[in-house]
Amino acid sequence: MAALNTQANIKAPDEFYAELLAVHEGRTKAESDALNARLILLLANHIGDRQVLAEALHAAALEE
Amino acid sequence: MSKIFEVPLYPYQRSADQDAETPVRHPVVVVGAGPVGLALAVDLAMQDVPVVVIDENDKVSRGSRAICFAKRPLEILDRLGCGDPMVEKGVVWNLGKVYFDERQVFGFNLLPEQGHKRPAFINLQQYYVEQYLVGRLRQLEAEGKPVELRGGNKVINLSQDEAGAELTISTADGPYRLHADWVVACDGAASPVRTMLGLDFTGRVFEDNFLIADVVMEAKFPTERWFWFDPPFNRGQSALLHKQPDNVWRIDFQLGWDIDRDEELKPENIDKRLKAMLGEEISYELEWSSIYTFQCRRMERFHEGRVLFAGDSAHQVSPFGARGANSGLQDTDNLAWKLKLVIDGKAPITLLKSYDAERLQGADENILNSSRSTDFITPKSEISRIFRDAVLDLSERYEATRPMVNSGRLSVPCTYDGSPLNGPDCATMPERTRPGSPMVDAPVPGGWLLDQLGTGFHLLAIDSEGTDTLRVDGIEVRCLDLSTSDDAIGHLRQRYLGNAAAAVYLVRPDQHVAARWDHYDAAAVKAALRKAIGR
Ligand SMILES: Cc1cc2nc3c(=O)[nH]c(=O)nc-3n(C[C@H](O)[C@H](O)[C@H](O)COP(=O)(O)OP(=O)(O)OC[C@H]3O[C@@H](n4cnc5c(N)ncnc54)[C@H](O)[C@@H]3O)c2cc1C
Repeated sequence: MAALNTQANIKAPDEFYAELLAVHEGRTKAESDALNARLILLLANHIGDRQVLAEALHAAALEE
Repeated sequence: MSKIFEVPLYPYQRSADQDAETPVRHPVVVVGAGPVGLALAVDLAMQDVPVVVIDENDKVSRGSRAICFAKRPLEILDRLGCGDPMVEKGVVWNLGKVYFDERQVFGFNLLPEQGHKRPAFINLQQYYVEQYLVGRLRQLEAEGKPVELRGGNKVINLSQDEAGAELTISTADGPYRLHADWVVACDGAASPVRTMLGLDFTGRVFEDNFLIADVVMEAKFPTERWFWFDPPFNRGQSALLHKQPDNVWRIDFQLGWDIDRDEELKPENIDKRLKAMLGEEISYELEWSSIYTFQCRRMERFHEGRVLFAGDSAHQVSPFGARGANSGLQDTDNLAWKLKLVIDGKAPITLLKSYDAERLQGADENILNSSRSTDFITPKSEISRIFRDAVLDLSERYEATRPMVNSGRLSVPCTYDGSPLNGPDCATMPERTRPGSPMVDAPVPGGWLLDQLGTGFHLLAIDSEGTDTLRVDGIEVRCLDLSTSDDAIGHLRQRYLGNAAAAVYLVRPDQHVAARWDHYDAAAVKAALRKAIGR
């Protein structure tokens, strides 16, 4: 069963981070919240694997 | 012309029981002639269990109430001998559309699986369902079956001991008492019987109101289910449009919590809402309107000594997903044969514990599903609204999130996994027909599989040798032999064989699988049957 990859996995991380901020540029808090929600849903669908998603939810909650 | 729900179908008539010196004793008294009480009475009468149904009223449900009847309940109604008129009268639908704000987000097709006698769903007013059930009951009565329906009879008191219950019933001629070996309370969500016994009914209240308007109109809308999230004509709320027979359209407006009920129900205010939704030019007749709130709750158990609870008296769900009436019919399907065996002395009284176990599982599944729909339709927090709207916005462009759009899920029957009645399974066979599952219909020579089963224990043998009708502890197990050589399309193989070369299924009277094997072994079948009757 696949596990959540918590090792660094994105090439050119600075560029990705800049893109992430750029897409939020000029948006209100409400618009950004909506965009984030859409982003989460799209990425979650791409991953698909329920086990990985469960691990990601847990990891994001910063719980032990 | 008066509507069917205005006609007294079973007006009060004095019964001989009212003149008896000591209370007359009946094997089964059913309290409540809603869809659930009527279906139970028909089921018991067909199995020659004497049953008296009492209802304080004498008419069918006022207004449509439940309108979506799903495949499994239709199959149950087929077994009860009244599926045909319902499906003939009902509206079959497969298409739906979802709107968000001013846009259509997507359309869907339920794409029902082929090879079933009954459609995934029909729309039919609850009053018709009850009318056909009353008709079926009358037919059984005329055939000499032991069934009686008493209108204008209201239960006002009930007490019980180990041997039975005593009911006090008020009528236009004054009160009388009845004794019953068994009472089944099918007396609705407000169940007076539940209150008389001091039993709990706990769960979650949803702080929301919905306005139902059933309107008769000649409309060109297609036979589709249309659902709106946050439409311009009902900002911040939802709405639904769905077709019923006789050009009656169900229109449902979510209203929110703080409303003035009397104000909302004024015809001129309903008219404003309808015109904002459908256009100024529509002309219609308002057949019925009602405001409802809902709760998701159930009793801790559905079996209390000599009293059993079925339908809304036992559990209540939100209307999204049409699980109220549908699940009530599954309760009676589960209960009737068990009660019959216990009354005939063929099964131990403890068999009724499995009614509790299995139908509590069904109720929990329904409550879970309908609560989830409600949480999607009415987001409970800012973040849940953000995600809900994100799902809808994405669904307009991408298929990815469409399965998450939840405006009510199809009502599907419960599989009684882990039931104490389940016998052996065979791992090479399809998952969907594992022990505890409702039988899946399939075309067979001469018609349909489920029609050939009817009520009673059955052995379904596919490409298997040596099976024969058998008797165990006075219970007949009828054998139905089928062959895959008659199964050109392969439905039977797909649904019942999987990778196995042959199959033997032990089927309960409610058409749920009790056990299955890849070969016939009489001793194993006998053991599984004893388990299935609680021995
Ligand atoms: C406004 C509204 C809309 C609904 N919409 C839907 C829907 O869209 N889909 C869906 O699946 N479900 C819907 N439901 C729920 C559905 O109608 C119920 O699940 C269904 O009617 C339950 O059937 P029942 O036989 O258990 O109870 P009921 O139909 O409530 O019948 C109970 C019967 O008991 C009788 N009774 C009560 N007290 C006594 C007494 N003391 N003595 C004698 N008789 C008594 C009553 O007269 C009544 O006939 C709706 C309900 C309402 C109120």
